[in-house]
Amino acid sequence: MLAAWEALFRLKLWPPYIFPSMSSVATSLFVGFADRSYPIAIAVSLRRILIGYGLSLLIGIPLGLLVGRVRLVQDTLGSIVLGLQALPSICWLPLALLWFGLSETAILFVVVMGAVLSVTLSTADGVRNTPPLYLRAARTMGASGWRLYTGVILPAALPAILSGMKLGWSFAWRSLMAGELLYISLGLGQLLTMGRELNDMSQVIAVMLVIILIGLLVDRAVFTPVEQRVRELWGLHIAN
Amino acid sequence: MKLELRSVTKTFQSKRGETRALQDITLGVAPGEFVCLLGPSGCGKSTLLNLIAGLEKPDTGDVLMDGQLVIGPGRDRVVIFQEAALFPWLNVQDNVEFGLAAAGVPKAERADKALYYLRLVHLGSFKKAFTHELSGGMKQRVALARALALEPEVLLMDEPFAALDAQTRDSLHDELQDIWAQTGKTIVFVTHNVREALVLGDRVVLLSARPGRIKREFRCELARPRHIEDHALVDATRAVLADLRAEVMAAAREEMEREQMAD
Repeated sequence: MLAAWEALFRLKLWPPYIFPSMSSVATSLFVGFADRSYPIAIAVSLRRILIGYGLSLLIGIPLGLLVGRVRLVQDTLGSIVLGLQALPSICWLPLALLWFGLSETAILFVVVMGAVLSVTLSTADGVRNTPPLYLRAARTMGASGWRLYTGVILPAALPAILSGMKLGWSFAWRSLMAGELLYISLGLGQLLTMGRELNDMSQVIAVMLVIILIGLLVDRAVFTPVEQRVRELWGLHIAN
Repeated sequence: MKLELRSVTKTFQSKRGETRALQDITLGVAPGEFVCLLGPSGCGKSTLLNLIAGLEKPDTGDVLMDGQLVIGPGRDRVVIFQEAALFPWLNVQDNVEFGLAAAGVPKAERADKALYYLRLVHLGSFKKAFTHELSGGMKQRVALARALALEPEVLLMDEPFAALDAQTRDSLHDELQDIWAQTGKTIVFVTHNVREALVLGDRVVLLSARPGRIKREFRCELARPRHIEDHALVDATRAVLADLRAEVMAAAREEMEREQMAD
């Protein structure tokens, strides 16, 4: 792939500001890290996503529990959540800007709206699919109320919650990047916009690579191992 | 009387209409008695067990435990299901401790009890294992330990060995008779297997199908421990089997008639 890239560049079909060389992208990456502009942008974006994604989990999981367990909530809130999922999260930005102004809150709002729905829906799904046998077994052993939720329903739904979390993470990351692109204030998205404004294609590609890398890294280093361990423990790997 | 059912009736609603699962069941179980509920599939014997467990409510009639009306599930009447229903996210010991934790038993005492009952079912060395590492028979023994750890007065067993292979089942029959002798629990055991009922029960209650009624009762006073291949047991089986077969045939006939009517 890299060789093909370099070969295509050397054919000089396009000017460098349309199709940069591999080495100029590498230089951009190096300079970006050397002058600390990339690390700062990464730190800012990661901080935002940690807060935004954390909030999505804090809201989404309890909400999913309610939607999955309480008929009335399912019929009302559940269908709203389902409907809102059709809306790309960046469409919340105008609303967020009007509500919160040009602030950090606005961008967090977009991130939360991007992630919270899939977390809620997966949690609700997992909760609804709790094997009735587990519930009967727990009830016959005298478990009820809070303990039934924390001790049985939530752990039984954990595989579904995890896949919702994984999906939510990638939605959150996309929403954040979209938000940062449109709404300029530090972060990786802003570096991208800057690259465009300066006609610096190598910077654009370098930042895109960083964004892909971070997204993949979290997926592979955090979600995949946890998901595998849970599936193994829950005995789901045998069924598949 | 430890456990009493007085004229209990239970009907289920479904798309195809009402099904009368149980009709006018009156039954008493003495303390320490081992009673087997025997009947063809669909005779409502599991429903009967669920009513005793408090997992379901009767339409009419009362279920009484030590003279007290049963209004819901309780730790004095623990059910063991056909599938072990162990929680895969907990290891064996934590599974056994589950009910104790729900009862608010302190951690140290919980661990002691769990280990005691795991040893009773000969699984002491598996306390840290996870459930997917266990065989079907071992799972069912953990389920037994989990129920016993709550020290219920009554054990309710819903075809607990039906999904196991014959050898495992036989060894669990031995183990259960042992544990019953050691702990003196009252046991209500549901099965569709005549021999299993006669191996285990002091008394075998034969239920008829649709509506589930008590058709006959047999006392079984053969010496314990009993084994499935004992000659005396084989003889005793014949008499019960004839009755049961008539019930199975009746149930099948009714099913066919119902199908014809539906067509």
